[in-house]
Amino acid sequence: MTDKTVIIGLEIHCQLNTKTKLFCGCSTDFQRDEPNTHVCPICLGLPGALPCLNKQAVMHALKVAKALNLTVPEVSEFSRKNYFYPDLPAGYQITQDDKPIAEKGIMEVDDDEGHPKKIRITRIHLEEDPGRLIHKTSRDRAGYSLVDYNRSCIPLIEIVTEPDLRSPKEARRFLNKLRSTLEYLEVFDGEREGSIRVDANISIKGHNRVECKNISSYKGVEKALNFEITRQRNLIRKGQFIEQETRHFLEGRGITTSSRSKENKNDYRYFPAPDLPALRVSEWLKDIVLPELPDARRERFMTQYGISENHARTLTGDLKVANFYESVAGADPAIAAIWVADILLGEINYRSMRIDDVPTMNIADLIVLIRDGAITDKSGVEVLRTMLDACMGQDHEACEMPADIVTRLGLTKAEGDDFTDVIREIIAANPNAVADYRAGKKGAVNFLVGQVMKTTRGRADPKELNIAMDAALKETED
Amino acid sequence: MAKEYFFDKADQTNAFITRLDVAMYEESGGPLQGKGIGISDNISTSGIPTTCASRILAGYVPPFDAHVITLLRKAGAAIVGKTNMDEFGAGNTTEHSAYGPTTNPNEASRVAGGSSGGSAAAVATGMVDMALGSDTGGSIRSPAAFCGVVGFKPTNGRVSRYGLIAYSSSMEQIGPLGKTVTDVNTLMSVIAGPDPRDATMYDRPYAHTPSKDIAGMKIAVPDEFFGEGVDPAVAESVRTAIRKLEDAGAETMTCSIPSMSHALAAHYVTGMCEASTNLSRFDGVRFGPPVETKRPWHEEFSDYRGMFFGKEVQRRILLGTFALTEGYYEKYYAKAQVARENMRKDFLRIFRDADIIAGPTMPQIAPKLGEKSDPISMYLADILTAPASLAGVPAISVPCGTVDKMPVGLQLIGRHFEDERVMDAAFAYESEVL
Amino acid sequence: MLLENDVEGIAKLADIQIQKEELTEITVQFNQILEYIDILDSVSEGEVSNSELINVLREDVVIPSLTQEEACANANETEDGHIRAPRVM
Repeated sequence: MTDKTVIIGLEIHCQLNTKTKLFCGCSTDFQRDEPNTHVCPICLGLPGALPCLNKQAVMHALKVAKALNLTVPEVSEFSRKNYFYPDLPAGYQITQDDKPIAEKGIMEVDDDEGHPKKIRITRIHLEEDPGRLIHKTSRDRAGYSLVDYNRSCIPLIEIVTEPDLRSPKEARRFLNKLRSTLEYLEVFDGEREGSIRVDANISIKGHNRVECKNISSYKGVEKALNFEITRQRNLIRKGQFIEQETRHFLEGRGITTSSRSKENKNDYRYFPAPDLPALRVSEWLKDIVLPELPDARRERFMTQYGISENHARTLTGDLKVANFYESVAGADPAIAAIWVADILLGEINYRSMRIDDVPTMNIADLIVLIRDGAITDKSGVEVLRTMLDACMGQDHEACEMPADIVTRLGLTKAEGDDFTDVIREIIAANPNAVADYRAGKKGAVNFLVGQVMKTTRGRADPKELNIAMDAALKETED
Repeated sequence: MAKEYFFDKADQTNAFITRLDVAMYEESGGPLQGKGIGISDNISTSGIPTTCASRILAGYVPPFDAHVITLLRKAGAAIVGKTNMDEFGAGNTTEHSAYGPTTNPNEASRVAGGSSGGSAAAVATGMVDMALGSDTGGSIRSPAAFCGVVGFKPTNGRVSRYGLIAYSSSMEQIGPLGKTVTDVNTLMSVIAGPDPRDATMYDRPYAHTPSKDIAGMKIAVPDEFFGEGVDPAVAESVRTAIRKLEDAGAETMTCSIPSMSHALAAHYVTGMCEASTNLSRFDGVRFGPPVETKRPWHEEFSDYRGMFFGKEVQRRILLGTFALTEGYYEKYYAKAQVARENMRKDFLRIFRDADIIAGPTMPQIAPKLGEKSDPISMYLADILTAPASLAGVPAISVPCGTVDKMPVGLQLIGRHFEDERVMDAAFAYESEVL
Repeated sequence: MLLENDVEGIAKLADIQIQKEELTEITVQFNQILEYIDILDSVSEGEVSNSELINVLREDVVIPSLTQEEACANANETEDGHIRAPRVM
């Protein structure tokens, strides 16, 4: 529930979808490769190396700026943020300080009552990621670190909001919408490991603000915020003081812990990066053509395909799902909406598959079978499950077509004549139920129909079956 | 085909930190074919140790060549070794080297100047034909003047800094040293090739043949270059040199650079601030002497950096760190940038009427070893070279006589990207006296 | 005027351990240098012109990286292709 006393602001770090790193030509596609194989003198911070800015990263940031209605100042600059840490090769991070690439935007999101609400975006800036640390413990129990610099210099944008969010759910909705917008803009790949990280500022009105750092999932944001609200409320109730501090979110335990950062309060000594000339790109904004964004696509789905708002919302929330739906909607948009939104998404989620893993041709085929009444909905689900189980980890071409599965498993819908014999057998085999029916217990029909369904393995349409059973019972009565 | 370059390996002045046992060159037909070149040890050389004269880089062998090195190899040069310098360029006498001072080739009890003192001494003693140094506030011109060779600081942005180990990014430039203006000109034409890896570089290749025809060239002589702190004998030597330029057809006029009163402070603040962040990467993890990995990182980094950086470098990192902290940035760094802007404006004003500014390179002849032991008196020696570095304009030092048997340097400063005209003026002077 | 205490704070920020016995001398030198640099106080406020260089950008084209061996060649300790560093926990 929206609570006017809860004040939340987010800082969201998203990995930009570029081929090369922010300041060097090393490939960003290192997920499957050995540590320290996507590195060069620049991202390793070797002496004498100089950064050179990736144009694509700038274009991506501008695209986001335009989509979220931000202003691009005439001049923007890079700065060095100075601090030491074993994962930071140069001893500073190149980021943007007082001259970010874009400022002051708006994104609309539904509040907890379902009313649209404007969330102000403070700024967007470009920055590089540090390397990745692994903590090790040696036999003498003295720990050390291992560093992999493949991640070093990966391009990020940081999106900072004003403290306009009022509940953890609202924050989650904001993040979901932001993510889908970034995906529609094709600047972000949400499936990459560590592609989004969130720092959340949260306070109860009239009390100090707490920063929760390093939340790496959408669910985590909601969890961390819920934990913090409860923690802060309890302190207030007990009349205790809420300390202004930085806390770390422990994803596994769903709690935040104090970082005790006061002891080593850092002064980052921001300093204009002397190796990188300024950007003057405000004029470039007008040449950027935005694709259709989630809100617009949702509206279009409702008018063009005549589907419900709920279906449209589910289908447009993820760019790939939306594209998938449009490529299978042809035969019957309404059936397609039900089958993709209500059934397929659940089935792939259960199997930890991605929508990309599902061949559109096969689903289109399935939708035609359903539309034509060639199989029942129940058989349809069986066909889908059979197909997905066999599809996992396969090429799309290798996936068995639903029509073939229907034939192989004998799932063609049973027509009237096909099941009169079965009805007769079931009536003969269940004299007690028949007697109940005769005694006026109408519920006994359901049991008999269920038995027929079981025998025909769902191939019969339940509605048709009910009529036929009624008729058969009446017939035997005479 | 690779050929061996033979050179005299005796090093009387401690000019080298690393000398190659065998120096090879390619018969590429390039302009430097068969020439032996000494490289200041803050310029990265693939496969050859590069230490910046610091213990913190002991044993470091870069996996890549600086852009200028790539160009030198292509031009047929033989790289003979890495020359001594003040650690990371922090100094102007080459006494602040982990490998001991380079002594002056003219008198062993005196300094060679710096920070690129090894390069100047190696040229002066004939160990190499030419050398590369780097100039942040006089580091090429000072040792050139003290050792009696020609040293040139190009316009900032004319030579790629890729591979130059950064001390003060916004002021430093790689430049050539040689016995003659012609040699320096040849080396300059090789190293000024464009490089997309240095985003602050301009695409201004240098292809020039020096001309001694300077008839009508207007030369401004600033009062401040002959003021307090400048040895009268040095001043006289330089005035005589300027008269030679008049003999060659130049017209002279006096001028004033009021912003010089802030030049040294602006230069040192800018340099220290930049150095404090540039030198943060030296933590022993990816290169340098071993770091103890089983200790907490902050303690270990602090002990490591406290142990392996020299005292002068530490002093500058600490001052630069302080000057960038909250509340002091505006007082120091921001003000230094305004002072720098004022220097640029003074130069622009003078260069509306004049083509070249002339004066001494150094206010005095080379001091005795150990003479400039307190920081302030060391910094003061840069007073005449810092202005061109602050403004980013080209400047050369040419030998112009001696005082007490020690060489004196004539400094000629030009407009942005008029490196060629500076070279012409120097060539004209050299032709007059040779 | 910086006190020894201030200098120690700066040293902490710069990750440079100063020996106790050097602290007094360094503090004295610092103050001398700062006194000299304070001449900048007399510079009046002013604009700093922008460099003519703007929008220096690189196309998003992959350039071959170093090999793992080259990347780790100058590191003192490596483990499974990683470089060892002091501990953070």
